[in-house]
Amino acid sequence: MDELLKEFGREQKDLIHILHKVQSEYGCIPAPAVPRIAEHLNITPNEVYGVLTFYKAFRLQPPGKYTVTVCQGTSCHVRGGAAVFAEVKKQLGIGAGETTADRMFSLETVNCFGCCAIGPTVVVNGRYHSQVRVADVGPLLARYRSRP
Amino acid sequence: MKKLTDPSDLTAWKARLAEQRPVRQKTVVVSNGTCGRASGSSAVIEALSRILEERGLQEAIGLEVTGCHGFCEREPNIVILPDGLFYGPLKPDDIPRIVDQTLLKNKVIPGLVYKDPRTRRAFHLLKDIPFYRKQMRLLTGDNVRIDPDRIEDYILADGYQALSRALFDMTAEEVIREVDASGLRGRGGAGFPTGKKWQFCRNETADRRYIICNADEGNPGTYMDRSILTANPHCVIEGMIIGAYAIGAAEGTIYVRMEAPHALGQVTLARDQARKVGLLGRSILGSEFHFDLHIVEGAGAYVCGEETSLIASIEGYRAVSRQRPPFPAQSGLWGRPTNINNVETWANVPLIIRKGAEWYSRIGTAQSKGTKIFSLVGKIRNGGQVEVPMGTTLREVITDIGGGIKDGKKFKAVQTGGPGGGFLPAEFLDLPIDYDSLVKAGSTMGSGGMIVLDETTCMVDLARHYMHFTQEESCGKCVPCRVGTKQIHDILVRITRGEGKEEDLAELEELAETVKEASLCGLGQGAPNPVLSTLRHFRGEYLEHIKHKRCPAGVCGELSPPARKGARKRKHG
Ligand SMILES: Cc1cc2nc3c(=O)[nH]c(=O)nc-3n(C[C@H](O)[C@H](O)[C@H](O)COP(=O)(O)O)c2cc1C
Ligand code: FES
Repeated sequence: MDELLKEFGREQKDLIHILHKVQSEYGCIPAPAVPRIAEHLNITPNEVYGVLTFYKAFRLQPPGKYTVTVCQGTSCHVRGGAAVFAEVKKQLGIGAGETTADRMFSLETVNCFGCCAIGPTVVVNGRYHSQVRVADVGPLLARYRSRP
Repeated sequence: MKKLTDPSDLTAWKARLAEQRPVRQKTVVVSNGTCGRASGSSAVIEALSRILEERGLQEAIGLEVTGCHGFCEREPNIVILPDGLFYGPLKPDDIPRIVDQTLLKNKVIPGLVYKDPRTRRAFHLLKDIPFYRKQMRLLTGDNVRIDPDRIEDYILADGYQALSRALFDMTAEEVIREVDASGLRGRGGAGFPTGKKWQFCRNETADRRYIICNADEGNPGTYMDRSILTANPHCVIEGMIIGAYAIGAAEGTIYVRMEAPHALGQVTLARDQARKVGLLGRSILGSEFHFDLHIVEGAGAYVCGEETSLIASIEGYRAVSRQRPPFPAQSGLWGRPTNINNVETWANVPLIIRKGAEWYSRIGTAQSKGTKIFSLVGKIRNGGQVEVPMGTTLREVITDIGGGIKDGKKFKAVQTGGPGGGFLPAEFLDLPIDYDSLVKAGSTMGSGGMIVLDETTCMVDLARHYMHFTQEESCGKCVPCRVGTKQIHDILVRITRGEGKEEDLAELEELAETVKEASLCGLGQGAPNPVLSTLRHFRGEYLEHIKHKRCPAGVCGELSPPARKGARKRKHG
């Protein structure tokens, strides 16, 4: 953590950059990191929490092995994205922002991935799946589940 | 490579690159934007490079990987230069045939060329395909020639010539006058004249000024900005350097939406290359002008697209908007005069300086100049990135370029302007697309989203969808937006569940007007528009839900379940 913070400046403007970096290192913003970041920037832990909870990017809990992100954007919505999202929720048995008990999958939503013309779009750990139909959801999740 | 310390270095560099350019019989260009990657372009690239190597053709035939060619529906696709033959969508298995027949024997493979789904006519060349024919790709046309990893490709496409001209042949005031005379208006939504905005910022007395490129692109269903940044990042950087010179800024920031990782990577690489050759930093091209660029990654908040929130976010705070005035041009980033423009606005600047305001202002309509890029998406046959001159009609874009509605369905409306915009039903299809016509028709240009809807879209559900979005994305600072959007959303949810009352419509209208009038920033002020617009054009559909507990489109789950099942199935066709 100290090593990581050393790379960054000590001004308020560095806060979001630091949070991005911490999350990419640890998968989330671990609670003990917050006072350390606050100290580095000479602000209060509350101020750090204020910022990190405002932005959707940051999470306080580590994600599952696979993060399934379903696009809820308008183009995907009118192309059947709502039904795809409902199916993913049903199959995983969790809602957005949650992680399955076996820590295999976390479910997230996003408001557009930028491949709207070929939606509905589902992204799993950064890998894009386009034109996803309800019937594709089961096999898609099964493929990830059975990966070594 | 040595730093460029004189404008003649740039000219010499370009000449050297042109001379060294390998002579090739043919070059295969693979579109590798977000849609391309999502559709499997990496496997196509891999197959191409493997087979070219196996056949010993690496020297004779070029392989270029570029950003998006625009035709997202037909990804992965390739263009074969110099002829401009277009093949797509492709599978890796198609590659051996392409190499053996087309690249080596010049034979066109009929199964891979584009066939118009309506007329079944085949088109070999990109320029003849109806999707491209009516476009005017001033900003996006170079995409097939530019590998965004290579600044050299941009230099060969006359890159940074406009900057050189601005720095050495024009005063800052002259640059502003040129941009003003071009008639360029902001592409981020409001359509404010760019030259005027620059002048305001320049006029402020201050020890320093900043410029910002708004690449937050938060409107769901729009992706022009990240495509520009991914496919041709240097044109945005060049536009910003010219703008900084005109305004008198020494630092700039590009704020890139978090959900656009490719764009972030490409523009960062481009920035680093520009620094390395002396196009950013101290004494650009040997002039007395210094300018550097920072790149900031957003963190997933729609309100960051609003300029005062964007500034708060760059400063490291919660992205909460504030009252204007003071406008950012007076007091922006760290309290200094700040000029914010959209990605596409910046991308137009080099073109204007290179070709002149007089040339530029001949494109478009009286009040809206140049071209505009649209994300043509939704229930459209040929979805993709479309660049057309201002004044093109909706019908030309949707029918001629977009090929009409998918799956043989009927056109219902087109949504423009994102969550603050509106819906235009069939009677508006002949409307020319420009800032003022769209506003007059009850919608807005927004940043260029064009979401086409067919009969299987429920307008009440879609209004609910938008309100769900805005009430979640409201920054929470002002009450009308925070509470009002939630109240509107809850009423819409009730209606879609068959629990609506007739009084709800009047209440929706009243709430909508209040939120519109009383909200602090553009997010709240625009939020009720989808509701007002659907109430205006599709009131009957609301009444069906309320009075007959029926969803005519068969979307609203709790209403008319048999219709729903069929509709959902058809939707995925
Ligand atoms: C809620 C909200 C979201 C916005 N999102 C964006 C955006 O994503 N990109 C953008 O360029 N402008 C966006 N704008 C408009 C900007 O506030 C600003 O007007 C624009 O960036 C100015 O640049 P331009 O003059 O080049 O259009 C948004 C405005 C509001 C109110
Ligand atoms: S709306 Fe889903 S990718 Fe854009």
